[in-house]
Amino acid sequence: MIATSTAVEPPLALLAELTHRCPLRCPYCSNPLALERAGTELDTAAWRRVLSEAAALGVLQVHFSGGEPLARRDLASLVAHAAQAGLYGNLITSGIGLDAARMAALAGAGLEHVQLSLQDSDPGQGDRVAGLAGAQAQKYRAAQLVRDAGLPLTVNAVVHRQNLGRLQDMIELALQLGADRLEIAHVQYYGWALKNRAALLPSREQLAQATTLVEAARVRLKGVMVIDYVVPDYYARRPKACMGGWGRRFLNVIPSGTVLPCHAAETLSGMRFPNVGAASLAEIWHNDPAFARFRGTDWMPDPCRGCERREIDWGGCRCQAFALTGDAARTDPACALSPDHELLAAARTETALPAPEFVYRQHSAVVRRASEHVSPAP
Amino acid sequence: MTGSTKVDGGSVLRFAAHARFRFDETRQAWVVLAPERLLLPDEQAVAVLKLIDGVRDADAIIDQLGREYQAPREVIAGDVLTMLQDLVDKKVLRQ
Ligand code: SF4
Repeated sequence: MIATSTAVEPPLALLAELTHRCPLRCPYCSNPLALERAGTELDTAAWRRVLSEAAALGVLQVHFSGGEPLARRDLASLVAHAAQAGLYGNLITSGIGLDAARMAALAGAGLEHVQLSLQDSDPGQGDRVAGLAGAQAQKYRAAQLVRDAGLPLTVNAVVHRQNLGRLQDMIELALQLGADRLEIAHVQYYGWALKNRAALLPSREQLAQATTLVEAARVRLKGVMVIDYVVPDYYARRPKACMGGWGRRFLNVIPSGTVLPCHAAETLSGMRFPNVGAASLAEIWHNDPAFARFRGTDWMPDPCRGCERREIDWGGCRCQAFALTGDAARTDPACALSPDHELLAAARTETALPAPEFVYRQHSAVVRRASEHVSPAP
Repeated sequence: MTGSTKVDGGSVLRFAAHARFRFDETRQAWVVLAPERLLLPDEQAVAVLKLIDGVRDADAIIDQLGREYQAPREVIAGDVLTMLQDLVDKKVLRQ
């Protein structure tokens, strides 16, 4: 293999997926279809070591995530350890399980920021998507607790064909909750979301309306609430620079200690990923073959190989290429130059059909349908 | 609504409560850490950010940079105000 011209730069951020346990069951969960159980989770000492190694490697930010990270009783002690190591700590939470005592412990531990997920502006619809009655009300309380603790709050609103009609209401709700920032994120289609794509993917008209609405809100709310907007790849002409490039900026440690270049990488069957039990994060980042596999541009096929954008988007997303074509080493089909771009057109035809029921995330191998176990929306 | 967030020469700026401007030993470079933001400022931006102290106003910062870099104030004023406005809009700085 040809040596890459640039040395491997240190990663900027660590996604610490402390657990896959979660009281919610969102049908677009970014966790893998095969969820890990509590018994396989790294213990407190192992996570502390991971956080120390991350800081030493050059990581600047740590995102405590899951599942629901509040399901870990040692969360505040891990936040404290990260802060002492100089890491900027962010909590990514559903808000379920946050109470005044835990909020105080987290703030006292040096947490810098909370990102709270929002499923909908309508409480009944929010509970339906989350798969938990009363979830929405708990989120409102969680937002208040974050504000009371003096921490900055980001509301992460995940949008799709079933809630885009209420986007304006979601923006107003985020304002009411006191959010400093609102992230409006179209569902990205891997894992659970790919399974539910026909129930989630918006039409081109819906997407265009949403984009217009977001642009107007950004102007109106300038200086009041920052709005970040993540668009779906299915209507794109060029792919996103997924993770800023494979093995360039980002690493993800999952509950069992396996280390991935992105949170969906486990879907790439045939690849073997390292574990913090067998090597340090520095060894993994610099030497592991899985991290080197799609790093830089040497691995690229045509048309990326000769493309002027190859160091801008790094050929797009490996997981999307694999999910749609069965080959992780192909150009992301989101790129209009990809020979597989037509696959997205086929998916877009789903948007003209009625939305099927959700397949909720769950541990069991038996996938049940929504109607069997969700109380109807009020 | 946007009145208080418009940056001009008289604006006195400070870092937002949860924005951190610090030197990173690994990269031997200054970084800004903020909610959902991680900035790697270039040399000129670092020079501006080092003067953010919650006391000096933007005019004083521009004067100071003009002296340091021996550049006429009208050459740098626009760039500095644009940068400060952008960081206020991103809620990294506040006034
Ligand atoms: S051909 Fe490859 S490098 Fe070029 S824009 Fe498409 S995905 Fe990016």
